[in-house]
Amino acid sequence: MTTTTGELRPAIVGAGPAGVRAAQTLVAHGLRPVVIDEAPRAGGQIYRRPPAGLAQRTARTLYGFESKRADALHQAFDALRGRIDHRPDSLVWNAQDHQLDVLHNPTRGTSRVPYSHLIVATGATDRVLPVPGWTLPGVYTLGGAQVALKFQGCAIGRRVVFMGTGPLLYLVAYQYAKAGVQVAAVLDTARLADQLAATPAMLSQPAVFAKGVYYVGWLRAHGIALHGGVRPLRVLGDEAQGCVTGVAWQDGNEERTLACDAVGFGYALRSETQLADLLGCRFDYAPLHRAHLPVRDAAGRASVEGVYLAGDGAGIMGADAAEWAGERAALALLSDNGVAVDTARAAELERRLDRITGFRHGLERAFPVPDDWAAHAPDELVVCRCENVTAGSLRRTIADAGASEMNRLKALSRVGMGRCQGRMCGVAAAEILAHATQQPLQQVGRLRGQAPIKPIPIRLVPAEGAGA
Amino acid sequence: MSGIRKLQTEVAIVGGGIVGSSAALALRRMGVDVVLLERDFCGSRSSGVNFGGVRRQGRPLSQLPLAQRAHRIWGRLPELLGTDGEYVRSGHFKIARSEADMASLERYRALSSDFDLGLELISAARLRAECPWLGTRAVGGSLCIEDGQANPRLVSPAFALAARRAGAQVFERHQVDEVAHDGALFTVRSGNELEVRAPVLLNCAGAWAGAIASQFGETPPMRSRSPLMAVTEPLPRFMAWSLGVEGGGIYCRQVERGNLVLGGGTGITLDADRARAERDGIATLAMQAVELLPALRHAHIIRTWGGTEGYLPDREPVLGPSRTTPGLFHGFGFAGAGFQIGPAAGEVLAELARDGRSDTPIDAFAIERFDEQPVSSLVPT
Ligand SMILES: Cc1cc2nc3c(=O)[nH]c(=O)nc-3n(C[C@H](O)[C@H](O)[C@H](O)COP(=O)(O)OP(=O)(O)OC[C@H]3O[C@@H](n4cnc5c(N)ncnc54)[C@H](O)[C@@H]3O)c2cc1C
Ligand SMILES: Cc1cc2nc3c(=O)[nH]c(=O)nc-3n(C[C@H](O)[C@H](O)[C@H](O)COP(=O)(O)OP(=O)(O)OC[C@H]3O[C@@H](n4cnc5c(N)ncnc54)[C@H](O)[C@@H]3O)c2cc1C
Repeated sequence: MTTTTGELRPAIVGAGPAGVRAAQTLVAHGLRPVVIDEAPRAGGQIYRRPPAGLAQRTARTLYGFESKRADALHQAFDALRGRIDHRPDSLVWNAQDHQLDVLHNPTRGTSRVPYSHLIVATGATDRVLPVPGWTLPGVYTLGGAQVALKFQGCAIGRRVVFMGTGPLLYLVAYQYAKAGVQVAAVLDTARLADQLAATPAMLSQPAVFAKGVYYVGWLRAHGIALHGGVRPLRVLGDEAQGCVTGVAWQDGNEERTLACDAVGFGYALRSETQLADLLGCRFDYAPLHRAHLPVRDAAGRASVEGVYLAGDGAGIMGADAAEWAGERAALALLSDNGVAVDTARAAELERRLDRITGFRHGLERAFPVPDDWAAHAPDELVVCRCENVTAGSLRRTIADAGASEMNRLKALSRVGMGRCQGRMCGVAAAEILAHATQQPLQQVGRLRGQAPIKPIPIRLVPAEGAGA
Repeated sequence: MSGIRKLQTEVAIVGGGIVGSSAALALRRMGVDVVLLERDFCGSRSSGVNFGGVRRQGRPLSQLPLAQRAHRIWGRLPELLGTDGEYVRSGHFKIARSEADMASLERYRALSSDFDLGLELISAARLRAECPWLGTRAVGGSLCIEDGQANPRLVSPAFALAARRAGAQVFERHQVDEVAHDGALFTVRSGNELEVRAPVLLNCAGAWAGAIASQFGETPPMRSRSPLMAVTEPLPRFMAWSLGVEGGGIYCRQVERGNLVLGGGTGITLDADRARAERDGIATLAMQAVELLPALRHAHIIRTWGGTEGYLPDREPVLGPSRTTPGLFHGFGFAGAGFQIGPAAGEVLAELARDGRSDTPIDAFAIERFDEQPVSSLVPT
């Protein structure tokens, strides 16, 4: 192949760890990619940067143990200035015919970005399994609670309970406590036994494992109550005032409550896959991630030619893996176009990515999604808050109309039909459907993606959309 | 291959859209045994993703007997299906954007006067007074107060469910990939799972019905197109009517929850099965929507979609007996307008299956009408 790099117009969606390393790699080989991200500044979720105007805190305060990596990533990105076409504040809302439709949020203008090749590095959001009361003001996802702290420099409450499971649970609790917020308790649905069983697998990433152990130890040493093996029952609130007053959970046979004014909750993360879906990528069920994900080869090539997948958007593997996968995908893009790349480096990245899979298995073991969640979700629980669809109405639809697949359930019950298009409620609805129909999760399928990826203003669409 | 399930029945139906499902229901109500095969889920294609307009107004006169029959069926939905499918007789208002459009609406009212549509022409002045939310391009229009709208996602599967409850054997996720006729019986086969034999076969396979017809030597010049739909976030309720525009283009309605459902233009057909919205189409639709309904100017579009529908050159369906094969009846090609008449088309097919004839006039929809046309004029453009 004798492509000259000048003919290549690669685009990268997402400027998190995966996207940044992909961009850096392409630039190092003489390409000038377009890098598009909804956020005003590069960094992605974990290394999210506060707005430029806000009183700047040090990387150490913002990112803790991760501050070196955060600095490195930010510097790597800043060093690309002038050599990439960076489009911040820009949402990719559609993809079609080798062009992305991009909404620039501040001006509400839309434009088209043509590309020859595309690296999709769209990252993840919280996996939400709701609990009664979760719609009260004062209840946040773990990620949301962290974003508030990192991005806006404010806490979600004065006395906060964190619950759910996953590595972020202890991390965010730790970050809150360090920031001087009173953490009333950490309620983990996983049991200590789960964590012990997972230890061998997690030791494949000793440094990461050690950090996790450190957070737990630190919280304990600071007198913060940690409860394992719990079942969250509800967030207590004052309906009239519209505020959180506490949480109730089941601890063995005992029902316990605790007062607080805010709750952070979540069950690890789920991949943002709509763009890959719109691009026509093939999806498969990935048991490790408990989700249908776009398939890719070891280098990150998707099933659609010219499309590459990297980072959490193609499967939750964490920030370090995202960096490696971003670089690896960029190398694949380059070599697929006849550009000479360091194949030893490519092989090394693949080895690292492969190794981290073992660690991921460990994490799933340590913090399993509570597979009895659906069984215990009460009928009055609101699953889809855009459309106000309850667990009970889902169950009724399933029983009365015989819905056995996600898109059918959506059509009949409206779950996932609102503003979030199932990004928040899809996971929980699938769990309920699988449970109610006694099918394995993979059989219930996944919600098909449709443009726009997020709501777009009706008026901007024609502004520049036509004829570009 | 062992394990294939074999069934014998009186009528086999291919396709669980609103047409096939209502045929199945009608047959069961007549006491006829029926097996329906749907390759996906009943009502998952056109019938379940359409705009939801339940209108007679504006249809060619040839379709009005069928539309009137359907109108009566729609009025009995709860009794028939056990659910109303969010069907409401909200009124369907066809907008005129010029005096010429207005004249054309008047003409239609005169022409359709034999049918009891109850059309009422509304002047510009009255519109301004009664519908301040309507943009200034409307110079008047025609209201059919008993036309309305429904939720296709609920209605179409409900027909299949009702048919099943009435005793039809409905097989979802059963693609028909082989059909044959031995002079007396049809054999319909779905992979290695199911084989159905019946003296009568109804071809209700929507945009894919051509493939079945061609196995019997009939090749109606049908092509697929994908009408485009979009929906906004919920807005305060301001409009009860379902809106259309004389001369075509955009149509829209506001549902109980406040979302505006918009339709107009075409999307892209991805492959034989799938369709999706397309950027220019979305842009055009959005622009027209704001022009028609200024209240929308701050709204957000939350979702768009397309569906695959079959079109014949004269935009009339094929509804009636096969020209080549006794016992085979077609019902397809509804050209983006088969939701309202679907239930009546189903009943007519049921009558054809049982009696070989129907009292509802369907001559205009005979497949023979394409026989004399030179092939060149049938090539899709
Ligand atoms: C809220 C949150 C907090 C987290 N906190 C931690 C933590 O503290 N420690 C830790 O180890 N891991 C954390 N994680 C996990 C960690 O963020 C990821 O493993 C890592 O960031 C993955 O990198 P990535 O490049 O794949 O994606 P991300 O970092 O998620 O970056 C994806 C980027 O793509 C952009 N994007 C997505 N879709 C579009 C679109 N359609 N148009 C334009 N832009 C788009 C997003 O704005 C985002 O900037 C967190 C994850 C989340 C969701
Ligand atoms: C976006 C859109 C908007 C529309 N808006 C309106 C409107 O507002 N008002 C109105 O009156 N009409 C409207 N229509 C038209 C209306 O939806 C259709 O005319 C009507 O639904 C056709 O019904 P059907 O049963 O013939 O087809 P379909 O609903 O397409 O059903 C055919 C079925 O056959 C199945 N099938 C095909 N091949 C096989 C096989 N080999 N084996 C097994 N099963 C098979 C398919 O899976 C499908 O479910 C619209 C259509 C679309 C696409």
